[in-house]
Amino acid sequence: MKQNSLNGWFKSGAPGVWISGGAVSIAVIMTLGLLAVIAVRGLGHFWPADLIQANYNVPGQENHIVIGEVVQKEEVPRERLKSAGLPVPDAGPEFMTRELIKVGNRDLNGNDFTWIVGEWLKDQTTPKSLMTIERREWGNFYGTLVNVKQDGKVIAEGEAAWPELQARVDRVNALAAQLKTLEKSDIGAINAGLERIRLHGRKLELEGKLDAAAQADMEADRAELNARYQDIEARLADLHAQFNRDALTARDGNGKEIEIGIGKVVHAYQPNAMSTLTKIGFYFSKVWEFLSDDPREANTEGGIFPAIFGTVMMTLIMAMIVTPFGVLAAVYLREYAKQNTLTRVIRIAVNNLAGVPAIVYGVFGLGFFVYVLGGSVDRLFFAEALPAPTFGTPGLLWASLTLALLAVPVVIVATEEGLARIPRTVREGSLALGATKAETLWKIVLPMASPAMMTGMILAVARAAGEVAPLMLVGVVKLAPSLPVDGNYPYLHLDQKIMHLGFHIYDVGFQSPNVEAARPLVYATALLLVLVIATLNLSAVWIRNHLREKYKALDS
Amino acid sequence: MNDLANSTMTTTSPPKRIDFNTPELQRKRRIRALKDRLTRWYVLVGGLAVLGAITLIFFFLAYVVAPLFQGASLTREDALTPAWIQDAGKPLMISLEEQNQVAMRVSDKGQALFFDITTGAELKRVDLPLPAGASVASIGEDQPGSPLVVLGLSNGQSLVFRHTYKVSYPDGKKTISPAIEYPYGETPIVLDDAGRPLEHVALTATDSTLVLAGSAGSFLNVLSLSREENMMTGEVTSEQQRIELPQMTEPVKAIFIDPRQQWLYVINGRALADVFSLRDKNLNGRYKLLEDGNAEITASTQLVGGISLIVGNSKGGLAQWFMARDPDGEQRLKQIRTFQMGTSPIVEISAEERRKGFTALDASGQFGVFHSTAHRTLLVDPVVDGLGVYGLSPRANRVIVEAGGKLQPLLLDNPHPEVSWSALWSKVWYENYDEPKYVWQSTAANTDFEPKMSLAPLTFGTLKAAFYAMLLAAPLAVAAAIYTAYFMAPSLRRKVKPVIELMEAMPTVILGFFAGLFLAPYVEGHLPGIFSLLMLLPIGILVAGFVFSRLPESIRLRVPDGWESAILIPVILFVGWLSLYMSPYLETWFFGGDMRMWISHDLGITYDQRNALVVGLAMGFAVIPNIYSIAEDAVFSVPRGLTLGSLALGATPWQTMTRVVILTASPGIFSALMIGMGRAVGETMIVLMATGNTPVMEMNLFEGLRTLAANVAVEMPESEVGGSHYRVLFLSALVLLLFTFIMNTLAELIRQRLRKKYSSL
Repeated sequence: MKQNSLNGWFKSGAPGVWISGGAVSIAVIMTLGLLAVIAVRGLGHFWPADLIQANYNVPGQENHIVIGEVVQKEEVPRERLKSAGLPVPDAGPEFMTRELIKVGNRDLNGNDFTWIVGEWLKDQTTPKSLMTIERREWGNFYGTLVNVKQDGKVIAEGEAAWPELQARVDRVNALAAQLKTLEKSDIGAINAGLERIRLHGRKLELEGKLDAAAQADMEADRAELNARYQDIEARLADLHAQFNRDALTARDGNGKEIEIGIGKVVHAYQPNAMSTLTKIGFYFSKVWEFLSDDPREANTEGGIFPAIFGTVMMTLIMAMIVTPFGVLAAVYLREYAKQNTLTRVIRIAVNNLAGVPAIVYGVFGLGFFVYVLGGSVDRLFFAEALPAPTFGTPGLLWASLTLALLAVPVVIVATEEGLARIPRTVREGSLALGATKAETLWKIVLPMASPAMMTGMILAVARAAGEVAPLMLVGVVKLAPSLPVDGNYPYLHLDQKIMHLGFHIYDVGFQSPNVEAARPLVYATALLLVLVIATLNLSAVWIRNHLREKYKALDS
Repeated sequence: MNDLANSTMTTTSPPKRIDFNTPELQRKRRIRALKDRLTRWYVLVGGLAVLGAITLIFFFLAYVVAPLFQGASLTREDALTPAWIQDAGKPLMISLEEQNQVAMRVSDKGQALFFDITTGAELKRVDLPLPAGASVASIGEDQPGSPLVVLGLSNGQSLVFRHTYKVSYPDGKKTISPAIEYPYGETPIVLDDAGRPLEHVALTATDSTLVLAGSAGSFLNVLSLSREENMMTGEVTSEQQRIELPQMTEPVKAIFIDPRQQWLYVINGRALADVFSLRDKNLNGRYKLLEDGNAEITASTQLVGGISLIVGNSKGGLAQWFMARDPDGEQRLKQIRTFQMGTSPIVEISAEERRKGFTALDASGQFGVFHSTAHRTLLVDPVVDGLGVYGLSPRANRVIVEAGGKLQPLLLDNPHPEVSWSALWSKVWYENYDEPKYVWQSTAANTDFEPKMSLAPLTFGTLKAAFYAMLLAAPLAVAAAIYTAYFMAPSLRRKVKPVIELMEAMPTVILGFFAGLFLAPYVEGHLPGIFSLLMLLPIGILVAGFVFSRLPESIRLRVPDGWESAILIPVILFVGWLSLYMSPYLETWFFGGDMRMWISHDLGITYDQRNALVVGLAMGFAVIPNIYSIAEDAVFSVPRGLTLGSLALGATPWQTMTRVVILTASPGIFSALMIGMGRAVGETMIVLMATGNTPVMEMNLFEGLRTLAANVAVEMPESEVGGSHYRVLFLSALVLLLFTFIMNTLAELIRQRLRKKYSSL
């Protein structure tokens, strides 16, 4: 009976339905699971994790004290630990726990992370006095505060040291902001000025107009800039002295004392002593710091502001190029071209270009835009800077152009779809009232198709923002010295190399010397990128649906 | 009605006629017409320009690639007859320096003469310090690129010298001053103790040792000089050591020394080569260089790096030989490939200094340009009449032939000899390899490196990655598409589609990073779990389905039709959790606690952490939405009439699905798969991050790979603009472009045909 019913169930074809239904569920689970993993890991990074202190006792080795954050815990078969060469006793349970602990103190231990066997970790506590120091170099320090010094003299010790330290860290951070302004904008402006004078001189020389008067003029300008530079340098030296005035002494788990200049400290906090509310506040300040700060330590710490800025800048320029041209091509194809085989072929070709691998566009961009176009532009307009290339090297403009080319099929297809959706009657009505074709286009067709153009543009931006492979060839670098927009003439530097969120993920995750330390940051960056792109796509979907509603009325 | 008519008649006067032809309106109309025309042109030009810019990609890529397959060209310049040539003696060698301005000619009178290449004017003449009564009997050069020359003298001695060129800028003008130096002293080194004239000499030098070989008749003398410089005092001590080798039976024709000082090659008799091991001081073997009994060896040289010998024969044939290991592990001299130049005997062969190319001159005055790795004969052109001696410049772009008392300068343009169809796509026997292989290794630190540019391993890697991705994506995406389009409740469908669209929009860099940093180590640690997941999922789904069908109706009917996937979500999550949870246990029970070790030890399969399995999972994920959306579209647009008819005839929904819907939609599903394939082939970031980028040709699921696209991304920034490597990378981009474009076009055509068919139904 049962056998029969199973057979019957199979015969009815229900298994096929279930299996194909399962495929949908798997796809949905995979997508949401990926998002969830990225979100959890990306967001968790900013939470001030509790610090643990424990005795770590590897059989046959000396006991030592471990202080750090538990990053990961997993169960592994005893065998695997044994084959990894650990002194695991033969008898015992089949599985052991393995924990990845961020122990920091890279200057003392050599590495930030260590894998330990959970069974050998004894007397685990979370003392409130443990502190985390985020440093400008060498990564985090974990330990206890001994004292705070000023000019080598101890100012505060014991209980009093902590508030003193906080005050001094705040002071140092204010100084750091001043230093940054001086170094980046003021000295940057002077350097830009000097470079401009040099290029001007070289240009005159090339044109054969470099006479004594011009030279004297330039010399005067240069002298003025140099004088300003001297002045700033004096202020810099003074600030640096103030910056390096204070120091703190800290003790690591094994009692080793180390002196850390407060100038090197970004944050100092005692996570175990923080209340949940303080932690939440701290969490958001860290998120803000991540979004607004420059990266530190070969991109493995700090923020990603330059990458966000570069991505936005590049996408904006791309959108400015791609929208008008894409719309133009679509209008040509739909409104002006004769609907014959050739147009059909062109349409198919345009459609298919959207499926051409992005790296091909990158290769084209490098070969054509950078070397051919950029080289010519340099020879024609920037001869004074040669042999150093201005536009003949990968940069913002070429990256945007390459992406524009990559995304133009998207805009064409979307706009065409929008144009095709507009009922014939609307166009004919306009023409019947005596409007010319251009007027119909401009006053009737294009406004009606504008949501479609919007959709196309948003989709293009979403595609461009997530694309990395071509950018690696045409202008994205791991660390750009300055933003493409600044206070120096011509303010927007199209020839500059930029940083990019997607490339940042690749670079930090795969090219960084300290992948383990960078990992949370990569997750956070990835989360940001996913959010941006998901928002863009969802808004495109929303506009599209909205559009459909609007034309339903017209169709009837 | 009448009233109305009357009222209009009576109350209004006849309508005022509007004059449409006032000058103002005419002008306005003209402006409007003009605007209309302008817009038309603007759109026409702009639209075509955009479309043109897109097609430019094809042409530009082809334009960059084209020079790869062009041969070499040779330009003859006017022959020079400088005055000094009358009394300069017979030329033994001609050599050109880097800047192509000065050439050196060594004559049998023991004179080195430097002359200007463009005018032929004499610049400097150096009488080499020959001992009294001795004359030059032979000459030998070190590897291509080394300035060391050795003269074999008639008294059994040899003289080693070096030619150098200093570039200076007196008065802002570039001047090259040539000089002769004697790094091993001006006194000749005795090679043949009996004082017989040295008919052939050869040398090779490293920083510390110089190996000299010379032959008189069938007597062979080999000498090793080691020099040591005391770091403290700067004092140089040198030590001579004679290497005793078995003697020859036939007169020697040419001697070559391996620059690693491992082998000594002696060509003797008509066409024999004896190979001696300099380390073991014994004969490795005697090899017959020619099959044809009537032919003999007339010229020979070493390629740059000194590993390969090129021998030319009296029938105009050339052959490349080098030492390669036999299957039994013995090193043997093997003929690698042959070239045919003409029918006249080859008189001189000269190797390029920077590439594995060589040039040859035959007795009829024909000049040939060849490349060993690519097995290409780039050019054979007559340049002089009769016998000549020639020199090839270091950049291999200039040649000077001396023949009949004249100097014939030639310009050689040979930018990309190392690429050929066979080098790109067939197995090639590279130096230091024991058999022909497919290898991609484009650059290395040393200059005498042989670039290995076989696209075969990269294409293989591309297809392998795409294959594993499709293995996951094709069934999942098609099944999901069928279900969504046909069985799923509309309300659920509206929720599922945006999720899949979101999946499509996911930047690949994120998938790649996720695969490389999360999935790869996770899969490595949970191998049994991953495999059991793949097996258990279908079973779990079926069991869930069956259990559901056995449930009492009151429960079953509460779930509306088309919600199966929603029910399955917890089931799948549970199965997934179970298999991953069981993973360590399975590992202990079946694989001795470590499946990775088990795979590499017990199965003997290489296991890389970033392997094809990870790529398959990640790229499969990337490809699913592409296939899904097109396949779903195809299934969804199958005319309702067909399915309703089938159902009305009593078929179950699944029968209707398999026998009607899938059959009708199959071209659309096929085109979806093609587009997915195209996407998988061109994907860059995922493979770049999720594989080790090792260009190996193994179908092994656990080994890495390198795809064409990832290769371009990795190597493009470092390649020299306009070089062969650069162009080969462009070629791989062009291959990718053409492949995906053709795939997509075919898919599009299939879909259009399908749409037509549906509309007729």
